[in-house]
Amino acid sequence: MKSSALEPVQAKTILETALLTSQEPLPLAELKKLFDDDLGSEVLRKLLDELRQEWETRGIELTQVASGWRFRARPEYQKYLDRLNPQRPPRYSRAVLETLAIIAYKQPVTRGDIEDIRGVTVSSNILKTLEARGWIDVVGHREVPGRPGLYATTRAFLDDLNLRSLEELPPLDELGSLVEQGDPAQPSDETEVPERADEADLPESSAMPLHEADEEQPVIH
Amino acid sequence: MIELVHSTPIAKVYGEPFLEVPQDLYIPPDALEVFLEQFEGPLDLLLYLIRKENISVLDVPMAQLTRQYLEYVEMMREHQLELAAEYLLMAALLIEIKSRMLLPRPPASQADEEDPRAELVRRLLEYEQMRLAAQRLDALPRAARDFALVQVIIERESVERFPDVDAEDLRSAWLTLLARARATGHHKVTRDHLSVREHMSVILRRLQEHRFVEFGDLFDVSEGVPKLVVTFLALLELAHETLVDLSQQAPFSPIYVRLVESEPAVE
Repeated sequence: MKSSALEPVQAKTILETALLTSQEPLPLAELKKLFDDDLGSEVLRKLLDELRQEWETRGIELTQVASGWRFRARPEYQKYLDRLNPQRPPRYSRAVLETLAIIAYKQPVTRGDIEDIRGVTVSSNILKTLEARGWIDVVGHREVPGRPGLYATTRAFLDDLNLRSLEELPPLDELGSLVEQGDPAQPSDETEVPERADEADLPESSAMPLHEADEEQPVIH
Repeated sequence: MIELVHSTPIAKVYGEPFLEVPQDLYIPPDALEVFLEQFEGPLDLLLYLIRKENISVLDVPMAQLTRQYLEYVEMMREHQLELAAEYLLMAALLIEIKSRMLLPRPPASQADEEDPRAELVRRLLEYEQMRLAAQRLDALPRAARDFALVQVIIERESVERFPDVDAEDLRSAWLTLLARARATGHHKVTRDHLSVREHMSVILRRLQEHRFVEFGDLFDVSEGVPKLVVTFLALLELAHETLVDLSQQAPFSPIYVRLVESEPAVE
């Protein structure tokens, strides 16, 4: 019981100010440093929770991601923000996305593992693209000839998808359930036969030509 | 009119009425190329062929699949698409599986020998699983693409902060100078016309060269008290006109004089 009887309201304002001005998500340990008193994690979490509720009616929300707490604009307002900056960010090609998915779900994996699953060579560009984005990195080496690097996803990857942990990734389909998808009685939005050719990589919303959509050199062509 | 009653053609091509929807839509060669380039490798192509025929992955008719697969590979070759070795490898694998299935097997070993297609099916499913996962991953809201991060801009670069100099500091610095001037100065009678304005310019000019000058360095004690006074007055005037900035890191530490930025240089 030290002198500074910090009012919860004030503590919340301090948290809010720190979170709003921070470039990075702030973890609890970092947020604790804001206060002289040793605020317990429980208290801090409760304050953060209250703060989150206070922002509930706004276009900005407080969220918790892998690296800590941060404010973000609610996704439903993105379409308005996009009007200020009409240039759409480039899309990742299927090759990049599939590679990312394999790393995310099967990590740590070597390049060879990725190639086994995709059935094609993984170009260095794909891995470089993902590394440059800060989404994957090499976390070790498999002790086999050549000591290939083992890739894993980073915290920044989770942060960018607004996730707290890999557990929150969309669950994989059971292999068994995929068997049935050839059955027309059970149309699946993505694998439905007649649309398959168009679906491959064309963004529905944008009229972008195919080739511009690819950020890196496709492997096969 | 009469024809219409009979059966409605869905289209007329070169005047000929078409009564049925064609089985395969015509794909112009350029589009075909784009279409073929869509495949992310042999597994992707095989999955497409299987889905197209609505056959179960678990019971793939190898002959039919192999034939179709080879047709596509042939098309890719014709269109001079660079055909990666993986496609040829897969063709070889398909043919191998088919031939193994044709070979009669001794009844004894039949039980423990797996279906030659099993490994292919496992790979197809594993790829399909990841293909779908990739789509879902892409659909997740992503920072910068689907939502913006919030950061209130605050002045973060550490522009050196200079404490304000209070009058008392200035006075004591001045008195120190005077005392020093008294101690070292020679008594000289000069008829110098000392202009405060001129000294202001002198100071400004010096500050142009060195952005920071220590307060004491602006004064040359050997030049005698009047000069010091004029220089001091000039400095005060410059400060007054906010052409220079006086700053001090801590009490009793050196006082610095610097040009106020964004002011145009002195004429």
